[in-house]
Amino acid sequence: MQESTANQVAANATSSFTEHLLRDRPELLPFNRSLQGGASAAAPIQVPHATTIVAMSYGGGVLMAGDRRATMGNVIASRHIEKVFPADHFSVLGIAGTAGIAIDLTRLFQVELEHYEKIEGTQLSLEGKANRLGAMIRGNLPMALQGLAVVPLFAGFDTSAGVGRLFSYDVTGGRYEEHEHHTVGSGSVFARGALKKLWRPNLTAAEALSVAVESLYDAADDDSATGGPDTVRQLWPVVYTVDRTGARRVPEAELAAASRNVIEARTVAGREA
Amino acid sequence: MTQQFYVSPEQLMKDRADFARKGIARGRSVVVISCADGIALVAENPSPSLHKIGEIYDKIAFAAVGKYNEFESLRQAGVRYADVRGYSYDREDVTARGLASVYAQSLGAVFTAEQKPFEVELAVAEVGSTQAEDHLYRLTFDGSIADEHSFVVMGGQAEKVSSAIDAGWQASLGFADAVRLALKGLTPAREGDQPAPALPPSALEVAVLDRLSESARGSRRAFRRLNDADITALLA
Repeated sequence: MQESTANQVAANATSSFTEHLLRDRPELLPFNRSLQGGASAAAPIQVPHATTIVAMSYGGGVLMAGDRRATMGNVIASRHIEKVFPADHFSVLGIAGTAGIAIDLTRLFQVELEHYEKIEGTQLSLEGKANRLGAMIRGNLPMALQGLAVVPLFAGFDTSAGVGRLFSYDVTGGRYEEHEHHTVGSGSVFARGALKKLWRPNLTAAEALSVAVESLYDAADDDSATGGPDTVRQLWPVVYTVDRTGARRVPEAELAAASRNVIEARTVAGREA
Repeated sequence: MTQQFYVSPEQLMKDRADFARKGIARGRSVVVISCADGIALVAENPSPSLHKIGEIYDKIAFAAVGKYNEFESLRQAGVRYADVRGYSYDREDVTARGLASVYAQSLGAVFTAEQKPFEVELAVAEVGSTQAEDHLYRLTFDGSIADEHSFVVMGGQAEKVSSAIDAGWQASLGFADAVRLALKGLTPAREGDQPAPALPPSALEVAVLDRLSESARGSRRAFRRLNDADITALLA
């Protein structure tokens, strides 16, 4: 009798917010829901999709940037969407794929990390955070099979090793550590091409920022679902850097300057491709 | 077969209350003070890891005295309640009043229905953008809830500590003065005229809820735990 009580207490002790929701409020989870009526295979529903994210390491940390466009088929669903978020003090994540689910997953992931920190009194290790995110993406697999996939990119500063690290995922929750740089989303192939030429080891944070803005510019140039810098509406990519001191959102003024530099250089060059 | 003696409900409740009071009185005191910089939470606690003070949500903190396992389970339940609420509605919709009322109901239910009441006393503090918007709730083992102003003292020598703090409390105190005032209250008075030695930082647990955490630290989470070096620096 006593042993079973102890087992019960131990089984109920969880530091994970997702596990708690799964047990007590499963209806609040963004995944764990199957679409009604099997119409999905015939005609995939039209929902906003988030597009390109780039991330790279630089001397002392990691940087992640995302464009501001969401598309729904051939229509621009949003020009203002933000796709890079701080996950906690030392990590950020960017999302590509079905925007609605991705934004909810991000919110869940942010609460998950904060919840662990409050219950346990310490931060989760960077590997632990990356694994948690992988488990959430795997939880979304049934939805992904119906066409509502979410593919994140995760970057953080590993406080115990003292380095910035990058992790990419596939729809099954597979987690892969990336070195140097990585991109996800519809414009990722073009951004990757740009990064291969522009990135080099030990960039400064300012150089990394201009590399990120330029690679997103190239992605927007060739991918219709990626938005370039919008000088009319004053819309610039969302960029976060993470270093020893924590995650920091790059202010609008720096982004405007970096974007204008890229546009100016391209205008001066006046080349076709 | 043994005969069950009749015990009047008054006697039963009184016995339970006495039992809980005895358990709480054994513990050391915790002080929660509202001041100009925010809310300071100060506990006499020699353990650096078994906390009596904890973060619940952006603006809300928790402090407790009594049995560790009981208030720790209440703290975790509070964090879960706040996180579920903030996740399903919005972060703004998590309030100390809501949390305190859930605590009051749980404590009340345990007091009447369970084998033994919880031997704990809790404080739930929420920092506002002005001092008038600060909320301090004090919850006792039987589920009674009190809305306090300026400060809350709980634990063994609550009355003695309380009178010492009442004498020195002002709305304009900063964190340093508020923590000093709490320490003055917590330091046991020595027999005779000799002033008692001050408690060393290692015997203290101090945390604060910053009133201006957004502008000063760029964080919506107002809770900040002070380590020994921070305490020494603050009191220097």
